[in-house]
Amino acid sequence: MAENKPSCMERLYNGLLKENPTFVLTLGMCPTLAVTTSAINGLGMGLTTMVVLALSNVFISLLRKVIPDKVRIPAFIVIIASFVTLLELVLEAYLPSLYDALGIYIPLIVVNCIILGRAESYASKNSVLPSLFDGIGMGLGFSFALTCIGLVREILGSGKAFGFTVIPSAFEPISIFVMAPGAFFVLAVLTAVQNKIKLAGEAKGKDMSKIGSGCPGGCDSCSIEGCVSRKFYDPSATGSVEEAAIRREEAAKGGEEA
Amino acid sequence: MTNLILIAIGSALVNNVVLSQFLGLCPFLGVSKKVKTASGMGMAVIFVITIASFVAAVIYRFILTPLDLTYLRTIVFILVIAALVQFVEMFLKKNIKSLYESLGVYLPLITTNCAVLGVALTNVQKSYGILESVVNGLATAAGFAIAIIILAGLREKMENNDIPKPFQGMPIVMITAGLMAIAFCGFSGLF
Repeated sequence: MAENKPSCMERLYNGLLKENPTFVLTLGMCPTLAVTTSAINGLGMGLTTMVVLALSNVFISLLRKVIPDKVRIPAFIVIIASFVTLLELVLEAYLPSLYDALGIYIPLIVVNCIILGRAESYASKNSVLPSLFDGIGMGLGFSFALTCIGLVREILGSGKAFGFTVIPSAFEPISIFVMAPGAFFVLAVLTAVQNKIKLAGEAKGKDMSKIGSGCPGGCDSCSIEGCVSRKFYDPSATGSVEEAAIRREEAAKGGEEA
Repeated sequence: MTNLILIAIGSALVNNVVLSQFLGLCPFLGVSKKVKTASGMGMAVIFVITIASFVAAVIYRFILTPLDLTYLRTIVFILVIAALVQFVEMFLKKNIKSLYESLGVYLPLITTNCAVLGVALTNVQKSYGILESVVNGLATAAGFAIAIIILAGLREKMENNDIPKPFQGMPIVMITAGLMAIAFCGFSGLF
């Protein structure tokens, strides 16, 4: 336990800042855009995802020696889907307002690339306790990012923060920001800032290969031939787009350590 | 009949799957560099979503509802969809070579596309029947195809433009998508 502690804290820090799933890796963009119309919704979605992530990481880590390598992806999906169903029922019973606000995006947590990505790249290779903290760290990072984006959109779009009016009513709020197009604009500015940091870092000669290696950027840079290997039943154990991105990221990490 | 037409227009244009629901963003942003690949992807999505929404509706109606297991829908749907995509791919490879050659490379990409699961779950949530589910699936996928082909056309035009360095690549694509989303907001005045 004692020797695990630094590793656990490191996992939390890693998920929250160093490899923040939204700001650094750009994973799981569908829910990020869809539910961040207000800070509260963003926080709710983030915490729901965190619970699923932590529980599925623990289970996958416990079962990592039992699951045959060839059917691991279907097995992971079944585990994740069970926890999502569980959580959906709990939310419906105890937090009906959040359940209504998030709607179809709760069951869609199943296909969030962050969860399958962490299962594949961390939980299936590490012991239970670090996996739990990896899940919590990544989940906190995701909640933090979603709350920030939600807060910006809420302040600009309806002049409120967490439901309290903060901007005097004399100013007309820019309501496009709480509508669908605003989500695209906010994300565009976010990625532009990310690119700027990346360019500045590369100019100084730092390794910036981790930034933006996730879903949208990853699909874009990955040729279609590279994506064909993405199979549900995975005989050659070559991975999906997300996994390929994660492999790249791990290779970069291995390079740093070596 | 009017009901079906309303469902079709509603999910193809008014509540466009990518531009207002944000489902299937990965292929939307990833495979939209060229009009040719974008239309291939669009066709593959239409094909898969239509079949998947039919199969999911049949399973929900005749297996899950009689057995009172509707709360298992998420697990059942995702497994069925993933297996279905692989079967469709194998079937096309074996029997309809020409279709496989034009859609084949896109099919594996769709397995975990959230739009497919999203449509199946929306059908259940709105308690559509089997025919309504198929129409809704087809229309949603057609909306996806329209959006991705328009975006690819815009991206081809934008290729030689002078864009500020940090905005090159994904950011400018997202701004384009945002402007398209504003245009699609206009459709909500239809009803």
